[in-house]
Amino acid sequence: MNEVAVLVGGKAGDGINSAGAMVAQLLNRLGYYTYLYFDYPSLIRGGHNFAVIRGAERPVTSCRKKVDFILALNQETIEAHRNATGPETAVISNKDLVKGPGQAVPVHDILAAENAPEIMGNSALIGGFAKAAGIGWETVDAVFRAHIPKGTDLNLTVARRAYDLLQTVHTVSRRDMKPLPLLTGNEAIGIGMVNGGLDTYISYPMTPSSSLLHFLAEQKEKFGLQVVHPENEIGVILMALGASYAGKRVAVGTSGGGFCLMTEGLSLAGMAELPLVLLVSQRTGPSTGLPTYSGQTDLRFVMHAGQGEFPRLIVAPSDAADALYWSAVAVNIALKFQVPAFILADKTLSEGTYSVDLSSVPQVGREEPGTWDGALPYRRYADTPSGISPLAFPGAAGAVVKVDSYAHDEAGITTEDADLVEKMTKKRLRKWESLRQEMQAFPQVRVTGGAGAPAALLCWGSTRGVCTEVADQMGLRVISPAVLSPFPEKALKMALNGVDNLIAVEENATAQLAEIAIQHGIPVNNRVLLFSGRPFTPEDLLERVRGVLS
Amino acid sequence: MTGRQLITDTQNTWCPGCGNFSLQHTLKNILAGLEQEGKSLDDVVLVSGIGCHAKIADYLNINSFYALHGRAVPVATGIKLANPELTVICCSGDGDSYAEGLDHLIFAAKRNIDMTVIIHNNRVYGLTTGQYTPTSPLGFRGKSTPMGTVEYPFNPLELMLASGATYIARGYTKKMDLLRTLIHDGIVHKGFAFIDVLQICATFFPLTDYYTPRVYELKDHDPASFDAACAKVKEWDYNSDAPIGLGAFYQRTLPTFDTRMAVKPVSDEERSRAVKMFLLSRS
Repeated sequence: MNEVAVLVGGKAGDGINSAGAMVAQLLNRLGYYTYLYFDYPSLIRGGHNFAVIRGAERPVTSCRKKVDFILALNQETIEAHRNATGPETAVISNKDLVKGPGQAVPVHDILAAENAPEIMGNSALIGGFAKAAGIGWETVDAVFRAHIPKGTDLNLTVARRAYDLLQTVHTVSRRDMKPLPLLTGNEAIGIGMVNGGLDTYISYPMTPSSSLLHFLAEQKEKFGLQVVHPENEIGVILMALGASYAGKRVAVGTSGGGFCLMTEGLSLAGMAELPLVLLVSQRTGPSTGLPTYSGQTDLRFVMHAGQGEFPRLIVAPSDAADALYWSAVAVNIALKFQVPAFILADKTLSEGTYSVDLSSVPQVGREEPGTWDGALPYRRYADTPSGISPLAFPGAAGAVVKVDSYAHDEAGITTEDADLVEKMTKKRLRKWESLRQEMQAFPQVRVTGGAGAPAALLCWGSTRGVCTEVADQMGLRVISPAVLSPFPEKALKMALNGVDNLIAVEENATAQLAEIAIQHGIPVNNRVLLFSGRPFTPEDLLERVRGVLS
Repeated sequence: MTGRQLITDTQNTWCPGCGNFSLQHTLKNILAGLEQEGKSLDDVVLVSGIGCHAKIADYLNINSFYALHGRAVPVATGIKLANPELTVICCSGDGDSYAEGLDHLIFAAKRNIDMTVIIHNNRVYGLTTGQYTPTSPLGFRGKSTPMGTVEYPFNPLELMLASGATYIARGYTKKMDLLRTLIHDGIVHKGFAFIDVLQICATFFPLTDYYTPRVYELKDHDPASFDAACAKVKEWDYNSDAPIGLGAFYQRTLPTFDTRMAVKPVSDEERSRAVKMFLLSRS
């Protein structure tokens, strides 16, 4: 087999995500590009959870409908995923809980024989899967030793018993590629921000952003980060702006609902010209919506949020490698231009796990902006040709650093003078133009698929991978802006050269990017939209694109 | 910078007779005193909310963050967490921190972050021209309650005591010597210092004739005793007619949030190594 898909299912609390991660690491160790999609309802115990792991010869960021293996931890997994299985699908199940086809692992008996705790039951199923997939024991051994630091030997003994009991069904052959780091989108965002010099991360828990808070809180000592979980999202953004004023590189993270509460703070960041990075990871809305499912419904919200007019950067990475790069860029740009910089993600990206080929990611480190030359009196909002005022922070000798939410003069003192208000507004908006020019040096719009094809898919964020997969099969072009503000009109129009049929593919009901493109004079011929909270499968997308092409 | 001009040349727009003048004058004197004692005013930050009180950010010539209505306290929290070396003074109003931003005030007290919150409590919205606030007395006739309010005020001292503030005081803009002592002690206090200042609003709620005969300076009160403080803060409930105690009601020393949250700095090399190790652990 040169491509393989595995589904792991069970009830919430069964450790499906970690079992899925072990399967992903087995495929990774065999030399496959790996992608893991985790599907779970908004509850803690009970309910059906499943993970689909896909291994392929080239990078993949979506899951096909059919799977080659099912690891069923409960009966519901068999029933709920009948559509994902066929006669070829190998089923490995927990004998104690599942009746049905395939090979059964006597989990209870194995644990009893080894006097192992119940929590090790998944190791038996993973051992059983490894055998069914013809994976050599040395690979299983290596993966367990690398990823199960506690009770490694006992877990391996449990896995070995199942391994010895089962038969190989399909052999997943070894490929000649070294294992790659497997990162969730949120971990990649965190690492990217740390690479960009992040000092402080402030967040109130909200799916699907929370795992970034958890990750950075866990790693804070190693990374030298301050991680704060305040009383609410209003507190989050205002604390962040306080820390930014005091000279820290700060990021906040939330989803749409939390971001609603942050909008007054966002507008303050715009007026006070305070650098700030915001992760907004979209889920299905409106309102509470589907907390644990995905969507691309907040592009226009993020683009226009906050009263008044002020520049902002919005980047929408498409996968973990992309997130690693753009998150570092966001930290540096926020500081350089003293603007809010958004990382616009979604549940698919934030909580999906991806192989990250670091050699394909341009290195971005901590960049130092121009600072104040020490000339007194210091003026926090000194007017300059670029609109960017030299930065100084409280504590700097002799500088009186005044920031202000009111309209203000160059020194940061409130004003209602008509001419001064116009002058300072122009100064702020000049940063928008400077930012637009700066971003032209970045890969703002990416073209994949058939570069010269006259029919093109227009997409953004996490759907770029599935679009590319489908486009490669159908001979289409894929055009995907990574930067959405300042809107890269020029780069987008260049990428569109020769396109006569532009098909917007978005996971929302109103084709938000398409509408923005139209405002910029770009005709959009067709729309393929999905708003169930679930990501496109390549099969469904292909069928729907074929539908609009015929 | 030493001997700095502490008042900016910005035109002052408080009404004649406004209690904010007393507060500004008091803060100016305290800052000048601190500077004389050798403290650099470069390391002092003033944060204000929105309301008449907040104009003080424009008037005092020190680092300042003129924030949003109700949001002075979280901004001040962020500043102190980012740089614990800074002395953070947060001026806020009763509409500001008792209504719009009450949650932040309670949490700042709960965390015992080392900062000083001065509430310019005039018990009325001034800048929006006269509506009731959380500390206006029952029956207060404002523009939004022309027939009088039908809710009792809350007692901010009691609330702060319950929330974990480690320095709780009440001052009055017509007792400036005491006010200076209370705010100074609050700034020096290592922890969350809260000073509710009865501030005269000359235009919308001129209470001088009410306050002056009722206020008295706390004597024979032990601010280290939580129980004594509980009893004392209840003497006047911001509504009924009762003696109004001024002074420090409560003070104790506890670990501060900014100290506990301090991060051990990591060099760029250590950080890169940590990132590499993490990436390796995932492959």
